[in-house]
Amino acid sequence: MSHPPEQTHIDSVGTYVKILLALLVATAVTTAVSRVDLGAFSTVVALGIACVKMLLVALFFMHLRHSTKLTRLVVLGGLLWLAILLLLTLTDFATRGILGVPGK
Amino acid sequence: MITAAAQEREHYLNASYGLKSWLLTKDHKRIGLLYLATITLFFFIGGAFATLIRVELLTPQGDLVSSETYNKLFTMHGVMMIFFFLIPSIPAVLGNFFLPMMIGARDLAFPKLNLLSWYLLVVGGLFSLYAMLAGGVDTGWTFYTPYSTTYSNGYVVATALGIFIAGFSSILTGLNFIVTIHRMRAPGMTWFRMPLFVWAHYATSLIQVLGTPVLAVTIVLLFLERVLHLGIFDPARGGDPVLFQHLFWFYSHPAVYIMVLPSMGVVSEIISTFSRKAIFGYRIVAFSSVAIAVLGFLVWGHHIFVSGQSLYAGMVFSFLSYFVAIPSAIKVFNWTATLYKGSISFQTPMLYALGFIGLFTIGGLTGLFVAALGIDIHVTDTYFVVAHFHYIMVGGALMGYLGGMHFWWPKMTGRMYPEGWAKLSALVIFLGFNLTFFPQFILGYLGMPRRYHAYPEEFQVLNVLSTAGASVLAVGYMIPMIYFIWSLRYGKVAPANPWGATGLEWKTSSPPPVHNFDETPVVTHDAYDYASLMAEGVEVG
Amino acid sequence: MADHTSTETPSLRVQFDTEAQQKDASTLGMWLFLVTEIMFFGGMFAVYTVYRNWYPDVFAIASSSLNEIIGALNTGVLLLSSFTMVMAVRAGQLGQQKAIVIFLILTLLFGGIFLGVKAYEWNQKFEEHHIPGQAAFHLDGVLPGDQGHAQLFFSIYFAMTGLHALHMVIGVAILLTLIVQARKGRYSASYYTPVDVAGLYWHFVDIIWIFLFPLLYLIDRHLVK
Repeated sequence: MSHPPEQTHIDSVGTYVKILLALLVATAVTTAVSRVDLGAFSTVVALGIACVKMLLVALFFMHLRHSTKLTRLVVLGGLLWLAILLLLTLTDFATRGILGVPGK
Repeated sequence: MITAAAQEREHYLNASYGLKSWLLTKDHKRIGLLYLATITLFFFIGGAFATLIRVELLTPQGDLVSSETYNKLFTMHGVMMIFFFLIPSIPAVLGNFFLPMMIGARDLAFPKLNLLSWYLLVVGGLFSLYAMLAGGVDTGWTFYTPYSTTYSNGYVVATALGIFIAGFSSILTGLNFIVTIHRMRAPGMTWFRMPLFVWAHYATSLIQVLGTPVLAVTIVLLFLERVLHLGIFDPARGGDPVLFQHLFWFYSHPAVYIMVLPSMGVVSEIISTFSRKAIFGYRIVAFSSVAIAVLGFLVWGHHIFVSGQSLYAGMVFSFLSYFVAIPSAIKVFNWTATLYKGSISFQTPMLYALGFIGLFTIGGLTGLFVAALGIDIHVTDTYFVVAHFHYIMVGGALMGYLGGMHFWWPKMTGRMYPEGWAKLSALVIFLGFNLTFFPQFILGYLGMPRRYHAYPEEFQVLNVLSTAGASVLAVGYMIPMIYFIWSLRYGKVAPANPWGATGLEWKTSSPPPVHNFDETPVVTHDAYDYASLMAEGVEVG
Repeated sequence: MADHTSTETPSLRVQFDTEAQQKDASTLGMWLFLVTEIMFFGGMFAVYTVYRNWYPDVFAIASSSLNEIIGALNTGVLLLSSFTMVMAVRAGQLGQQKAIVIFLILTLLFGGIFLGVKAYEWNQKFEEHHIPGQAAFHLDGVLPGDQGHAQLFFSIYFAMTGLHALHMVIGVAILLTLIVQARKGRYSASYYTPVDVAGLYWHFVDIIWIFLFPLLYLIDRHLVK
């Protein structure tokens, strides 16, 4: 005899439609905003919008809202490790020559 | 439990016969043995390359092989030993076999994925073997660009493809272990009742899952550059070869912890059993395993100190590299404290575990030497580094593997190995190892570069000592091969718990039944609880 | 002892004690796999970060040679496919077997459209001589000395969108398998795990594109008209 499905949260169609619309709007916004001169902020805004879209997909479409603490920890761990890869690599590439030692 | 003769009782080895029952098995124990056969083959291939290297280095002139061939020898030695022997070794053989049993599970979470992992290792190994037979690859196991992408005429793509495929074997094994440990522990088996072997494999699995994919994408980029000339590392187009090195070492440094952490897990089990004492500071040792895994990801730049990294990054990575030594040292202190006032016996597994502690300590301390930016300028790319990593990988990881094989051999096969011969070969290995690699510390410090097949006259004596040691070591590795196979037929029949060890795997018969336990165990006491074991009146073989 | 394998079902394999435990383990396993994918793509994001940092102007010019409207529309197509995918999972939760098939087919369709557009875009790059490594490579608006840097951008463009497309193709193959199984009635409210974990994979590939689009197509578009 099988148990009832563990995840009993079944989102409504309406919820998914709203999230889809939000995602499509965000895509249009990011495309339009790229034409505006925000200086160094352009990248921040673009990445910010992308992060919002990622969160919408992850929380709603991937059901991260309803998932276990362990799952969320796993996701955070993955993102943290990506950050380690990017940031520690940049400690080299963003600092070439800044100490004034020739060739370093 | 009654020690019925293995032949009369059904267990995982005799439950089914025939090639298909092995090649299509989902039983983690059989898969562990499939891995055992595979990695043993790869070990001896890697060893053959090492033999040729050491023979060449008997004389200062490069007279046995050309320099191109020599480059291929050390490349293929490294590739075989690292990717096809050490990385899989303990997790794939002993981890596969015992992790489910140690936590009271019937199998891993994904048995079919486990079998796939084995096939991936075999296929990957065949690709790399093909490359070696077809003419070899000469880039070093590190595949630095632009040599690997542009100038090498060797079989770079085939070898790298083999490593790429084997990498997925490693990733899937790690994934399998993590899910199993989180979700399949028997009732009462809380996190802090698990054997430290399991903690060590959990930490190892984290590294496999987080690090190996970066090696995979690095190989993809290498492939794209070499075959399609995309130019990501090409200085002529503004690319940077050092970027390859960053991506490569992001995996390859944590990889050394994949190779040594499981061995530390084995050592914990053996030290405890043969001191008849719980590991001192269980929780600290458990946390140290995870700490090694995490900190191991923050130090990779210490491999790039002299190749063009910024000085600022060099300082950052040197600083961070000191921290990763701390949890390893904590483990050594805790093992030592376990020995204190323990009831110590010196069977073969214990000899290997004690050997691990001494040799790993030397390897680890010399790691601090090379972590220091200033000293590393002097000793990098010399035999000092070669000696350092062989002390850890051979003196450490491999000794732990051999110790584990001896410790669990009775459980896996239902037979005892011959103790006298085993002690002898442990001694031979220990002596041979030190004779091989200690002279290399001196050679490196005096300035002999690595990866050279010719060297100045004044280094010959030390090189001859090293080669002599290597031949002793080779004999040492052969003897267990012989007596392990011999024991399958002629070894004393093993009881369920010949060592009087704690741990759920010792409560089953030797060899274990197909589904490990007749009934799911319910755990009521901590790991290494010898008092409870004595109370149960366990017979010690 | 009893031969457990004879009582084994797809939703309760012999190594598990309950169906809930199995479903939980499968989901955790897929999330861990997705973490490996984060690190896999992460290596390429690291390459992108380094070179965009070093050659921001050339990267902006190269980026503007991509058609951002097509890119945006294609992004929309992929987002739609994620919608239909989660609807397929929802149908699984509700045990609506026909709806599972329909939504999986729609997901496949949108995925196919995405790949078709991608193929068109790549062909455009070929015609404009923007393939790195080609002797005829030339990007307008960039000095001869910086053409190499422009090649770097396109190396990254092809490597990253290529790797993404490969993942889409694998996703398509998975969808085909699911559709075949779904049409045989293999999935129900008590067992739709393959649809669920395939959905996680599909959404992840979508998220990769969510980042690729602005990073590749929208670099400082205000600079170039």
